[in-house]
Amino acid sequence: MISGGLDSLLAARVVMEQGVHVEGINFYTGFCVEGHTHAIRKKDRARPKRNNALWSAEQLGIKLHIVDIIDEYKDVVLNPRHGYGTNLNPCLDCKIFMVEKAHEWLVANDFDFIVTGEVIGQRPMSQRRDTMPVIARDSGAADRLVRPLCAKYLPETLPEREGWLDRDQLYAFNGRSRKPQMALATRFGFADYAQPAGGCCFLTDRQYSVKLADLWRSRGRRDYELDDIMLLKVGRHLRPRPGFKLIVGREEGENKFLEGYRKRFVHMFPVSHTGPLVLLDGELEAGDLELAARLTARFSKGRDAASVTVQAGDLDGSVQMLDVVPFPGEDIPADWYL
Amino acid sequence: MTDTILDARRLLCPLPVIRTQDAVQKLQYGQTLKVLCSDPGVVQDIPAWCRVHGHEILNIQEGDDEIVITILVCNTE
Repeated sequence: MISGGLDSLLAARVVMEQGVHVEGINFYTGFCVEGHTHAIRKKDRARPKRNNALWSAEQLGIKLHIVDIIDEYKDVVLNPRHGYGTNLNPCLDCKIFMVEKAHEWLVANDFDFIVTGEVIGQRPMSQRRDTMPVIARDSGAADRLVRPLCAKYLPETLPEREGWLDRDQLYAFNGRSRKPQMALATRFGFADYAQPAGGCCFLTDRQYSVKLADLWRSRGRRDYELDDIMLLKVGRHLRPRPGFKLIVGREEGENKFLEGYRKRFVHMFPVSHTGPLVLLDGELEAGDLELAARLTARFSKGRDAASVTVQAGDLDGSVQMLDVVPFPGEDIPADWYL
Repeated sequence: MTDTILDARRLLCPLPVIRTQDAVQKLQYGQTLKVLCSDPGVVQDIPAWCRVHGHEILNIQEGDDEIVITILVCNTE
């Protein structure tokens, strides 16, 4: 299982060093940080972000199979048996699910065992001594799940018993220190690898989790589609009242991305001044359109103007012009911001 | 002449890569796939995917709003 981080890169390399044929598998949940916001925001395009899982596969000289698990993953997010972490991150259930999917792939493609870069004590929820056996058991992978970086702390696995892997050449890393991994990376000649950057999943992000919880609350049900979770990654989100939210593009790249949703949302943008594209989410009530237009004007270059003309587009394709006074920035209640 | 066209516009990486992967699996050695994309990340990611799977990039056309990548299927293992 190749995440794109250093640990999975090393784990695969350790096994390859013993002459094992390895192919990489990587799962896409929809919440992966990898690439997305960088692709959307124009300012980030000058330094394009590589897909680290693909990069790892290239370094290793192995194939990488990227698997879309967006739909199946919903149940993990909505009903985690082992609960959430600090935010809406169901890390243990996520790991179990991914190993389970890897095991299904292994069976379907006639492979023998799964390798992960897990290290005991590395992460507080999914990489603990007591959760390692839970992942192996609940995923169904059982003793076909090998963690080469901390194997010496764990029971012997099938590949070790069968002689496919020499346990003596596996490792005993543990804890949060990255020094052993960095030393091993140096030994293998990996000078350039993804640095730990606070997680690979938006669900570990506090602000993102707040927006997701708000989405569920406002709809009265815990559910989502891919577009919902993508839109939570983009723009400023303001909720003036429970059933009404604005998504305000923050720069050209985000505006362009939001343009793709114009047929599905009432939307608006200033025409007298440069400014954001704004999507209006929810059932609009009297006064909402004007309020949204004033907020749109507030986030435009006309924020200090006496009047800004905003074009609003309805779902039926009709448009109307609104001349509004920009909403004073200091008057926007802090609790409107998600 | 292109054998198959894949519309991956409005999808963000890695989805265009995943759709490319799925489309290539249905093609035979020597056939070509033209992928229409809008996420600039594909310029890095699809060639990287092709390199690790042994396929060849025949052409990358980058426009203002659209990127077109043509792939030659070279490995059908």
